[in-house]
Amino acid sequence: MTALLIRGGHLIDPAAGVDGLKDVLIKDGRVAEIAGPGKLKQANGAEVLDATGLTVAPGLVDMHVHLREPGQGYKETIATGTAAAAAGGFTSVAAMPNTRPVNDSPEITRWMQAPERAAVIRVFPIAAATRGSKGEAINDFAALKSAGAVAVSDDGLPILKDAVMRETLAAAARVGLSVIQHAEDTRMTHGAGWVASMNAGPAAFRLGLRGWPNEAESSIVERDIRLVQELRDTRAHLHVAHISTAAALAAVRQARRNGLRVTCEVAPHHFLLTEEHVGLYDTNAKMCPPLRSAADRDAMIEAILDGVVDAIATDHAPHAVHEKEVEFENAPNGITGLETALGLCLRWLHKEGKLPLGRVLSLLSAQPAALLNLKGRGTLVAGSFADVVVFDPKAEWTYNARQTKSKSRNTPFDGWAMQGKVRWTVSEGRIAYASD
Amino acid sequence: MNPSATPTRRQIHPPPAPASPFPYHPGSLLSASDLTLDEISHILTRATILENQDPLTRDRILAKRRVALLFYESSTRTRTSFELAAKGLGADTTLVSSLSSSIEKGETLKDTGLTLRALGAEAIILRHNASGAPWLLESETRLPVLNAGDGMHEHPTQALLDLRTILAHLDPATKACHPERAQRVEGPAVPAAVPRIDEVTPETLSGVTVTIVGDILHSRVARSNMLLLPRLGARVLLCGPKELLPELAAKAGPGIEIERDFNAALRQSQVVMMLRIQAERLAGMQLDLEEYKANYQLSGPRLATQAPSAIVMHPGPIIRGLEVTAGVADGVQSVILEQVRNGVAIRMAVVERALLAAAQQGGRA
Repeated sequence: MTALLIRGGHLIDPAAGVDGLKDVLIKDGRVAEIAGPGKLKQANGAEVLDATGLTVAPGLVDMHVHLREPGQGYKETIATGTAAAAAGGFTSVAAMPNTRPVNDSPEITRWMQAPERAAVIRVFPIAAATRGSKGEAINDFAALKSAGAVAVSDDGLPILKDAVMRETLAAAARVGLSVIQHAEDTRMTHGAGWVASMNAGPAAFRLGLRGWPNEAESSIVERDIRLVQELRDTRAHLHVAHISTAAALAAVRQARRNGLRVTCEVAPHHFLLTEEHVGLYDTNAKMCPPLRSAADRDAMIEAILDGVVDAIATDHAPHAVHEKEVEFENAPNGITGLETALGLCLRWLHKEGKLPLGRVLSLLSAQPAALLNLKGRGTLVAGSFADVVVFDPKAEWTYNARQTKSKSRNTPFDGWAMQGKVRWTVSEGRIAYASD
Repeated sequence: MNPSATPTRRQIHPPPAPASPFPYHPGSLLSASDLTLDEISHILTRATILENQDPLTRDRILAKRRVALLFYESSTRTRTSFELAAKGLGADTTLVSSLSSSIEKGETLKDTGLTLRALGAEAIILRHNASGAPWLLESETRLPVLNAGDGMHEHPTQALLDLRTILAHLDPATKACHPERAQRVEGPAVPAAVPRIDEVTPETLSGVTVTIVGDILHSRVARSNMLLLPRLGARVLLCGPKELLPELAAKAGPGIEIERDFNAALRQSQVVMMLRIQAERLAGMQLDLEEYKANYQLSGPRLATQAPSAIVMHPGPIIRGLEVTAGVADGVQSVILEQVRNGVAIRMAVVERALLAAAQQGGRA
């Protein structure tokens, strides 16, 4: 395999404590050597990427995406989803199991990682915690882990039964996997003939839409934390997916103070948008959990800035145009997010929020890599996988959803100002994306 | 699992929600809040003129223009009065209802709307069981869309006809409402003793308290009236049990308060709007009807003792013996059938606006 030299860039590798001008030499898919500018000796013959004026960082890791394969290739395929991910600077994505059929088997887990899927970056399947994600019988986690699963989750659905969740946490801990919970007490968000379609509050009342109360999230998070507390000798790890309410964050914060292995992720839309962005029934502002009040949104930002949030994850959820061009209540939940995450985080958390670039990048790479136990990723120390993003941190640009590499373009961020433009994304030494 | 947390907390202020592009078409009526007071005055004025116009000249106004009625829910009053209104102006109407059309076969609202447009419909009157459906239809067809009731959301022509009914009984000097000034429903309309109010201002209803009673949560009539009446100065009291009237309803807009004691609300009111309990939208909610009747039914004795001079309104359909007794529905204070009659006049004005606004101004989009 040819060697690749990323020359003249400013390397930020938060996990390794590196923040300075460095050349990065890549050989055989791994980082061979890092040295000051012009100091690399073995670089002769390597293909050179001139990163002068650009930032070089570990490739981004999105621990929460929906790639829709198997079963819903009209929304997204693993090939198109990973192409969008690469364009957004991601080199690893963890794919949720709510596919058709549900990924609750080693066969599907392997199928998703097969070369025939034509992924341009690395896909790490998250396997279903329970059979068919029905929340009843738990799967064989050891078998799923050997097939490549990096965590278990019934995402899209919660594990409601206390006994099943407790068993899931304990069984996952035995094989060293995290349990990622979609915290939604569906008894509060579903009724006879209705499903809540936005945050419960004045806007939902005004729009005549059924509301999704904050307690539906926080009560499940609190219940799960109690279970982790009971299982604390087992190293059970609860990860709360797409946290959206101040109350749930407070529970996570307290659990951490109590020394429990409880972590959480926030999606860009939950720290940037509020229920007001639903406007007059914009289905691109419909997701689950829904956009919340301004107070909840502010709590997300605060928790990111003060370090309670462990990762930023997009919950990339592509849907075909025709699926979103329907009545708000009938539209599916979710928005795309892989191409906008870095630009939004740099624009709002770094530029506006003054969060150091290293902290932003850590939330998008080192920390999620650690949560999923992705060895040799989320850092560029010598010997690690050559997963690299090279971007211009100063470049300002406008996102145009029509130019997406995803099959879908259901995003509320179309036309938004972005900061930081990806120049190259390198996945295990191969250039997975290069801007024009 | 975190790098060192920064000691100082900061906040950032991401962009607010963008301004709504709706309505795309100046002839559309999607929400009661879309109308300026001038537009409301214009609609009320045109309603009076059209109502009194010779039917044989009136039907030239929209002669052979095409109006589609697209109904996803059953309806008696709204559908018939929109149809009579459009026909009264000379328009051709066609009714598409969800049972007996391709909607049953799975056609989307977008495709149904585009099909109606291709068939020559110049405006679509939509009743839909999903809140917000008229906004979708308008953005996809860019035709004038008249919201004839969307889910639990709005019913703007109902609010306008309710306003017209209130104004017919309002003494502008004392702000009292006089039931006895009701126009007779049987036979031709009898002109009121004082001139009808068709020009409205932010003070027109100041000093007037309107109580809306019952199933506020599921009521599009309540929402449209809550948005419309306070802009003319009215105080709106909402009354009902917690299950049907959440506290946050008071935050839906200015001029809205909650008063759960029905008698206390009645004593302050010149206008009482009774609502039906929408059994089809209760969605598993348990409600003790006997308790409901004890607390919120408008009975003859209650009306006589608490609000002997208020007018009693109801958007229909009435469930006699539940929210109102038969005696009240048929009594001298009831203006329920007058509301129905005003529906035709208001809808003539609104249909005319839909088709003529387009000719005069062209679409905004």
